[in-house]
Amino acid sequence: MSDAILKVSNLSVAYGRVEAVRGVSLSIPHGNIVTVIGANGAGKTTLMNAIMGVLPSVGEVALDGKPMGRSLVEARVNNGLCLVPEKRELFSTMSVEDNLRLGAYRFGSSAVPGGLRDVFARFPRLEERRKQEAGTLSGGERQMLAMGRALMSRPRLLMLDEPSLGLAPLIVKEIFHIVTDLRKAGVSILLVEQNARAALQVADYAYVMELGEFTMSGPAAELAADKRVIESYLGLGGGRH
Amino acid sequence: MAQRLQGMWSRIIAIAAVAAFPLLPGVPEFWVTLGGYIGLSSLVAIGLVLLTGVGGMTSFGQAAFVGFGAYTTAVLTTQWGMSPWLTLPFALLSTGLMALLIGVVTAKLSGHYLPLGTIAWGISFFYLFGNIEQLGRYDGISGVPPFSIGPYSLINSRAVFYPIWTAVLIAVVLSENLLDSRMGRAIRALRGGSIAAESFGVDTARAKLVVFTFAALLAGVSGWLYAHVQRSVSPSPFGINAGIEYLLMAVLGGSGYVLGGVLGATIVTVLKDQLQNLLPKLIGTGGNFESIVFGILMVAVLQLARQGLWPFILQLLPQAAPKAIDAAAPVLTHREVPSRGTPLLVIDKARKQFGGLVAVNDVSFTVNGGDIVGVIGPNGAGKSTLFNLLTGVLPATSGQIYFRGERIDGLPARGIAGRGIARTFQHVKLVPSMTVLENVAIGAHLRIRPGVLASMLRLDRDEEKRILAEAARQLQRVGLGEHMHKPAGSLALGQQRVAEIARALCLDPALLLLDEPAAGLRFNEKQQLAELLSRLRAEGMTLLLVEHDMDFVMRLTDHLVVLVFGSKIAEGTPAEISANPQVLEAYLGGVE
Amino acid sequence: MNSTIALFLAQDGIINGAIYALVGVTLVLVFAVTRIIFVPQGELIAWAALTVAALEAGAVPGTAYLLVVLGAAAAALELAREWRELTARYLLAMLATDLALPIGLLLAVIQLAPLKLGFTFNVIATLALLVPMGSLIYRIAFQPLAEATVLVLLIAAIGVHFALVGLGLVFFGAEGVRTTPLLSGTFPLGPLVVKWQSVSVLVVTLLVLGGLYVFFERTMMGKALRATAVNRLGARLVGVPVRATGRIAFTLAATIGAVSGILIGSLTTIYYDSGFLIGLKGFVGAILAGLGSYPLTALAAVFVGLLESYSAFFASAFKEVIVFSIIIPVLLWRSLTSGTHHDEDEEV
Repeated sequence: MSDAILKVSNLSVAYGRVEAVRGVSLSIPHGNIVTVIGANGAGKTTLMNAIMGVLPSVGEVALDGKPMGRSLVEARVNNGLCLVPEKRELFSTMSVEDNLRLGAYRFGSSAVPGGLRDVFARFPRLEERRKQEAGTLSGGERQMLAMGRALMSRPRLLMLDEPSLGLAPLIVKEIFHIVTDLRKAGVSILLVEQNARAALQVADYAYVMELGEFTMSGPAAELAADKRVIESYLGLGGGRH
Repeated sequence: MAQRLQGMWSRIIAIAAVAAFPLLPGVPEFWVTLGGYIGLSSLVAIGLVLLTGVGGMTSFGQAAFVGFGAYTTAVLTTQWGMSPWLTLPFALLSTGLMALLIGVVTAKLSGHYLPLGTIAWGISFFYLFGNIEQLGRYDGISGVPPFSIGPYSLINSRAVFYPIWTAVLIAVVLSENLLDSRMGRAIRALRGGSIAAESFGVDTARAKLVVFTFAALLAGVSGWLYAHVQRSVSPSPFGINAGIEYLLMAVLGGSGYVLGGVLGATIVTVLKDQLQNLLPKLIGTGGNFESIVFGILMVAVLQLARQGLWPFILQLLPQAAPKAIDAAAPVLTHREVPSRGTPLLVIDKARKQFGGLVAVNDVSFTVNGGDIVGVIGPNGAGKSTLFNLLTGVLPATSGQIYFRGERIDGLPARGIAGRGIARTFQHVKLVPSMTVLENVAIGAHLRIRPGVLASMLRLDRDEEKRILAEAARQLQRVGLGEHMHKPAGSLALGQQRVAEIARALCLDPALLLLDEPAAGLRFNEKQQLAELLSRLRAEGMTLLLVEHDMDFVMRLTDHLVVLVFGSKIAEGTPAEISANPQVLEAYLGGVE
Repeated sequence: MNSTIALFLAQDGIINGAIYALVGVTLVLVFAVTRIIFVPQGELIAWAALTVAALEAGAVPGTAYLLVVLGAAAAALELAREWRELTARYLLAMLATDLALPIGLLLAVIQLAPLKLGFTFNVIATLALLVPMGSLIYRIAFQPLAEATVLVLLIAAIGVHFALVGLGLVFFGAEGVRTTPLLSGTFPLGPLVVKWQSVSVLVVTLLVLGGLYVFFERTMMGKALRATAVNRLGARLVGVPVRATGRIAFTLAATIGAVSGILIGSLTTIYYDSGFLIGLKGFVGAILAGLGSYPLTALAAVFVGLLESYSAFFASAFKEVIVFSIIIPVLLWRSLTSGTHHDEDEEV
């Protein structure tokens, strides 16, 4: 077993003729939070989808040193990989509880009661709404449900795509607290965020993505102090004034 | 020019070849008869090509329209003693009325309901034909007179071959004319989804009805001819199975191409004849083996060559010449531009709720003439929803929106386009198979309106010249002049976005709405876009853009509105906004 | 018409309606999971009835040979399409389900059919022959089209219908059959004479509908199917093998189709091409209910059965016209009430 839970080597993804991700490599040590920051359209979501197997890619993705090859999404889920996508992708006409149950699909019904207990302990709001249809939830509750559903599959590596997207500042704080809590519980996390400041605060290590490539990387605290990063991602309006 | 001549020659050769076929020595009578049936089927298949491949709808009940044409003339000639030639208007009338009636009910429905409806009435009419006393029940009507010219009856198949293929030729010409016109572009735009088309004033329900009725009329003509070729009619050739075979012809030949219909009709008709003759001999039992082969063929074509077989032939033919642009064509009329600084668009407490989610929370602001106004906010802040409220794609839950003093919330997208608001789309909505020029010309849909019939008869050429000249002018204005004859799908994303702006300009708008115009663009593409938008402002255009890219809007806009979590938290000049602590906190806020 | 006739017609209508309900519910199910409007469901029903009839006569039913043909075709096509992707384990599974199982069943039926083992055997054999066909048909015709539009899938479904009807004629011939009912005899209920056969049809229908309810509401697999229909990507992300959901939906469809066929074979004469109209009537029910709700579909299908039964009495020649024309006003109503509908491309 290597010390990196996930190792991505020279990964490229193309939509038709356009290469959205070009020869990207990254590695996530066990129990770490690694973040990828970058502008809209830089290829961050594409990268996550490729790691998850939702998009076909060239290059290598290895989980615990084991190459995933061209294995299907469900095989990656079974290996403990889990993606909370930018658009949440909930089952909108099904109840909150059914959404959570399906999160435990890989274990079958027997894993449901224990999983529900854990998730409800972390997100008491979801327990209050367990009979409600997922489509009627507010934005923050949707994100909690998406994360709760992911936790039901007991992931070893959780990938969060823009978890603060469209959420009120207070809920964003709550979500980030949960992210740090999960890290304490031993879950490795790959975090993609447009809210670069928050992401760099919680992460151990960070990559900067521009036009499909990594242009910088380093310990999160170092990047947060880097002049170029501050200019491009932490200041308002690109810092021309 | 050489290309155009080449195209013309290949047409003349094709027509001459068809015309010479029955006259060639040694061609057996049987093959000429088959040729006639190919022509009859081609008429129906051409209609289905327009309906399925071009308009994005489909019908399994087209055989019923053939039946209407056939029964109309059979009744009129046998029971009322009319001459076969004179019944054509009646056949067209009965088929057309029926198509309008069914079309009004079903053509407006999107997706799968129309084809489902066609299966239902396809079956209904079969039983109806078979149970009406006047139509001879299942025996049908026999003794239908043949066509005649003076004393000469067109009884043998060599003689009727010509009226049939003349009708096919007319159908091909009318169909191609229709596609190459204002309404044709509207019909083709249906494939790209109805929102884009409606946003430029296309009445998509009417466009669907036009193509549906035209397809039915072609089937009616086929039926009218059939009755006098066959000299009798009965329900079975007009049932649902025949309808499915017609659809197979369109799909097999190439449902996007008029001549694909003829190709499909040829293959299916010949194949059916061969299968009915050959297979029982080979296998030794009777049965409808052709239906097994046809069914498998249908699925195989969809799996392996969804565009049908015509594109393979198209590769062998000389390429069509690009459209000529007549720069001297009279310019289309312009609307007056709002004066700089006066309120143009006033949004008053606009609100949109989806279930428990408040996507837009009582947002108010004003856009003044001659300004570029930006709406910014993090992803998911409600920008796109606000945009959809302004463009009539979504109805507001509450609040009001005024444009030039007139209330526009509640208007459909088409109505908003008609008042001079043009838009672009976050996810580009061009029809990839149409040229850039044709895509842009859809923008001028409301500015000049030649009729459908005039278009088919090529009486719309003056208007068409003006439309195309305008589209070309707008393409040059945005700097895409050299790409106008390429298929829109071949452009890079940045160019496609600019082409959408040209299409919007073609509407002659008083206000231009841009939905995330910079998303997915590369750095220099963004710079070019910003230059273009500044230039438009200098020319007097008012722009409202919803954007995620802060850098882009800061440089470009006169006024900014900041949305966070559905609510407006600030508005002002870019300088004011970038100094606003509330914006800093909400937009970039840290964890602790 | 007196009340006895009215009640008799009602009984007839409800029984036919029950069969249409099974068809309608199946179509909704398949559509929800795969977006395929599975017109050929009718052919599976007809084949099941014809299979029972052949077994009753002690003959080897055409379906036994058909299954071998379909299995070989599915295996061959999958090999041709995806030979690069297939693992040895998958190949072995394919060998077992696509070749060994059909051939084994064929050999068994050849041995056992002449013994005329009776009703239970006939039902089991029919289910064994029909159920595997669902996923075979899906793999041959629809799996390569999984990303296509509803329109393309519908055209493909019609193509499959065409091919299956043709195959039906080859393997079963043109003769009509009628099978012996599960229960015969009658009992009085007020003024009405009720056939035990009617009762059995109703009970089986209700059992199937109840089973579907339990499957979709109580089991992980059922919920996974629903989830796939609601959000395909979401389902993939929780690990549902969505490629398999299409096969599962079609297997369910074939199972319900086989049951429907076993039931309807004793109610009316079935020919190789009878399935189309039966399928379409279930379909009318599904459309009346908007291709969405299972209970509404079942109710609407019973209404179709009643409508058919009464129009057969009052205007028998126009029975089919009336049943299929009912769609038009419903579509009109939908077109008037639907208002702004979303673009197809917006929903994807």
